This record gives sequence, C-alpha cells and structure tokens, in this order.
Amino acid sequence: MPVLSLRKISKNFGAIKALTEVDLELEPGEVLGLMGDNGAGKSTLIKIIAGNFPPTTGEIVLEGKPVHFHKPIDARAKGIEVVYQDLALCDNLTATGNIFLGREIATRIWPFRFLTSKAMSDRAGELFGELKSETRPQDLVRRMSGGQRQAVAISRTMLSEAKLVLMDEPTAAISVRQVAEVLDLIRRLKDRGIAIVLISHRMPDVFAVADRVAVLRRGRKVAEKPTSQSSPEEITGLITGAIHAA
Amino acid sequence: MPPENDAGGSHRDIGDVRIEDVVSIKEQTAFEKLISSQAFWVTVALAVIIAVMSYLQPDVFSSEANFYNMTRNFSYIGIMAVGMVAVIITGGIDLSVGSIMGVTGVVCGVLLEGGNAWYVAVVGGLLTGMFAGFINGLLIAYAGLSAFVVTLGMMSFGRSIAIVLSQNRMIYDFGPDGPAFKIIGGGQMLGLSNIFWALIILAVVIGVILRFTTWGRHLYAIGGNEQAARLTGVPVNRVKAQAYILSGLTAAIAAILVVGWQGSAINALGTTYELRVIASTVIGGANLMGGEGGAYGAVIGAALLEVIRNSLLMQGIDSNWQGAFVGVFIVLAVLLEKIRGRKRA
Repeated sequence: MPVLSLRKISKNFGAIKALTEVDLELEPGEVLGLMGDNGAGKSTLIKIIAGNFPPTTGEIVLEGKPVHFHKPIDARAKGIEVVYQDLALCDNLTATGNIFLGREIATRIWPFRFLTSKAMSDRAGELFGELKSETRPQDLVRRMSGGQRQAVAISRTMLSEAKLVLMDEPTAAISVRQVAEVLDLIRRLKDRGIAIVLISHRMPDVFAVADRVAVLRRGRKVAEKPTSQSSPEEITGLITGAIHAA
Repeated sequence: MPPENDAGGSHRDIGDVRIEDVVSIKEQTAFEKLISSQAFWVTVALAVIIAVMSYLQPDVFSSEANFYNMTRNFSYIGIMAVGMVAVIITGGIDLSVGSIMGVTGVVCGVLLEGGNAWYVAVVGGLLTGMFAGFINGLLIAYAGLSAFVVTLGMMSFGRSIAIVLSQNRMIYDFGPDGPAFKIIGGGQMLGLSNIFWALIILAVVIGVILRFTTWGRHLYAIGGNEQAARLTGVPVNRVKAQAYILSGLTAAIAAILVVGWQGSAINALGTTYELRVIASTVIGGANLMGGEGGAYGAVIGAALLEVIRNSLLMQGIDSNWQGAFVGVFIVLAVLLEKIRGRKRA
C-alpha cells in the first residue's frame, strides 16, 4: 500500500493557479525527487502535504485513509515530517534542545513540566549514532557546520516513527563534502523504510539518491519516471519546457 | 576556540581525518562556559569594586548599615529584572514596568485606605500587575503588535491611571491593616531586608523555571528562532503572553514591597525604573535580540548598578552623575555582547 497518494490536487491563490490536478504516489522506503523551475509549484505542493494550507480541490490519502490537515502539527501527528530549507533550527539551543523542541520529554510537577535532560540527550545520541553522524547532543547549533546542522534537522524527523519525510533543498547551501554527508543521511532514512520527497535544484544529488523523479511545470506534473530510465538532460528539458512531456 | 568548525572544510579531501574536528569542537568544559558568560565577568567586576571600596572607605562602605541599604536598594530593581529577563529572552521588551509599579502601588494604597485587610491589598496589587501584563501580552503575542510600541503605550496609560486613581495625592493613611502591610516590605529577617529575601526567592524560582522547565526552554527557542519554534509546535503566542504577565507580576511584587517599606503610595512610584531594570538584565548578559539571558545575570546586573551608585556617593561624587554611569554601562554591556558575538559568529 502506498504511504502517500495525492489525487488531483489543485491549489488556487485567488486567480493564480499554483497547482493543477497533480497526482503522486509514494511507497515506503522510496525516494522521489521533485523537480521544477522556480514558481513551478514544488513548494506549494510540499506545503499542502505538510499541512501549512489545504488544497483547493483534491484528496490527500495517507496509508489508504483520506486526511485533512489544518496545521503542520496535524501532519506531524500522522507521521509526516518536514526538513525546511532553512532547517528551522534555534541557534541558541543545543542539538538535543532542537531535536526535542515542542515535544520535550518532561516530568509534570504542577504547573510546570521539568525537562529530563539525560533521557533526551541519550536519545539524541542514539539518533546521531543511527545516522553515523559525529554531531554531539550537547553542542550548540550555533557552533555547527552545515552538515551537522542538517544532521540535527534530519534527526528531528526520526524522533517519532515518521512515515514520510519532506526535504526542501537540503543540499542547496552547503559545501561539497557536506553534500555527500547529507546524501548518506537520506539513504539511511530510506533504509529505515521511510518515504522521502526530495525537492532539489541539484541534478546530480537527485540522480544519486532518488528512485523516481517527478517534474512540475507551471503547476502541472509533466513527467514522472524512474531515475534509471531518465537522464539529467531529459529532466532539464522537461523543467524548462524544451521537452513537452514524458 | 575557533568558531566555525567547517572553516575551509571544502578544501580538504573527503575522508580525511581532520585534526580540527577532534580538537576544536570538543564540547565546552564547565570552565569555558563560565569564562564565556557575561554574568561571570560582571560578578568579578562587582567583587573588585566592593574590595576597592572596602579598602578606601572601610568604616562607611563596608558597614553593616550600608550593606543593608545596598541590598535593599537593588532588590526591588532586581525583582523586576528577573521578570523582565523572561520577556527579553523572547526578543521582546517591557517598557511599562515602572508604570505598572506606580499603578499597583496606588491600588494597594487605595484599598488599604478604604479599610480593607492587608491581604486584599496584596492580592489586588498582584492582580493589577498581572492584568496590565496580560493586556501587553494579548496585544503583542496575539495581535502581533510591536512590543516596544505596546509597552510604551502601557507606560503612558498606567501612569495616567495611577494619577487618576490617587486623585494626584500621596496616600499614607493605610487604615487598620496598615502596620501589617508595612511589615511585608519594611521588615527584616536575619539582618537583611524582606525585599532582599523576596529577591533571592524569586530569582531562584525564576532561575529554575528558565533553566529546567519546558516553558523556560520555549522562551529561549522563541528568542532564537520564533518561526522554527512555531513550526515545531511550541505554543509561541501563549508563552510570549505569559512572559509579559510574569513581568507585570514582578513589577507588582516590587511595588507592594516598596510601598510597605516607604509607608506611602505615590503615583510617581517607579518612574524611569524601566531603564534601570532593562539595564540590569543587559549588563547581566541578556541579549536584546532575544535568546540569551538569565535570572542570576539580572540580579547581578542590578547589584552592580547599585554598588556603583553607592560608591559614587561615598566618594563624594555628585549624585547627578548616576544617570551618566548607568548609560555608559548599558552601552558597554551591549558592546561586550557584540564583541563576544563576533568571536563566535
């Protein structure tokens, strides 16, 4: 059964048609590269899946059940996690602080909830271990490299049993060495059976980790095919419109 | 410690063992944390000034009476500062604390004058402060207005209400429960003023809340990256509003204690205190951009300002210079913060 099925998703902002009848399916452990030029509708589609706003028409089906999200928290409660382009990290908190932000492990002593730092720090250490990342739980995010920051943002998605992780340009603003690290992180998520939607402008990264690639142009899905049966040249053509559809 | 661990990382081959990885990003030791904290250096400065003054003026400065006065004089500023620091950690500011103090004092005075029991006056005062903070919080957190503008408005509004309620007179006839009310702020225990004890208790309680509870953690998260906090499910609006209620509450506590100590309520109580309160938190290491600060720093900042003021008096320097020194210290503290920020950015 697919983790996620989008059925004829359309989104209008006033007179602007951001998305028109987009269908998409994802199986567990599958990585889908979502590509398109600026304004093609990638971010709108991600935001609909993540619960930032509802589609104008169409249906989101999660593991066979139609779902309706009002807030990002609703989507997260159903196992959809997002790695935002800016990572949404608090620089002044530690790695552990960021991973558990908004879902701290705490003991209730009325009226306060006291943080159980040890348990959270240990769990964060385990997550970094699973990702084979050298990031340390007690380090401040402010002092981290781009790759370590990505590891923190990705560890956060593993905290609860996520089914689907949406990643918005995870390799856009980091060094070559760190890109390799991040692609490894994506492969480890995939190995855990998590489905991933990867938005990226970087063709080599998409071909390195994605099983399939979908191309949006002007709010329509113009192509969807396995990466093994396509080429960067074809995808580029589809993105720009040089190739009409595939 | 070099701040950027990945500096030059892209020049190296993948798979290289980088010595910098091992050496430069080791976790901060407790000692490093201590010496990189502004509150620590302010404590050192405070100790130095006390030592120098005790040497220069052994009979006057280090007398028991002067120590009693100093601890009392900075305590009501410190009490407001530990509330203010919660607001500043979120990246906000509360300019209305002085006026909240004024209106709370008048409310207590009017209630006592009307023959009410001391505890009615105390509860009435606390509710007044919390209500003013609640209005601030509502407008800032839920209506999304700028904290500077909202609390500036409350500063003017509160002062006006204080004048109207008091009919522009000093209230000193505290009725039958006057003596009981005056004990709260005017009394002492173990040779130290009640106001000082109240500061110690509040600072410990608020310090623990900031450091060890989810609420405290959320304050820092909001100050660090409000958007991120929102996306991860932190109840940003509620936490922000609560910070302003806390600030209003501590201003009210300070007012109740000061009115008891001075034995009268005047509507000018607390005028310009907001500057001293904000200065205390900033000198103690709070960052006006949000995300940094603590209860201990706020207390030690308030103590430093009072010791400097007291020392200037003792050295026979015209007390009108105080404002100049406070101003210099605020700017110095922010400058220090900027230099530290550049080192680690």
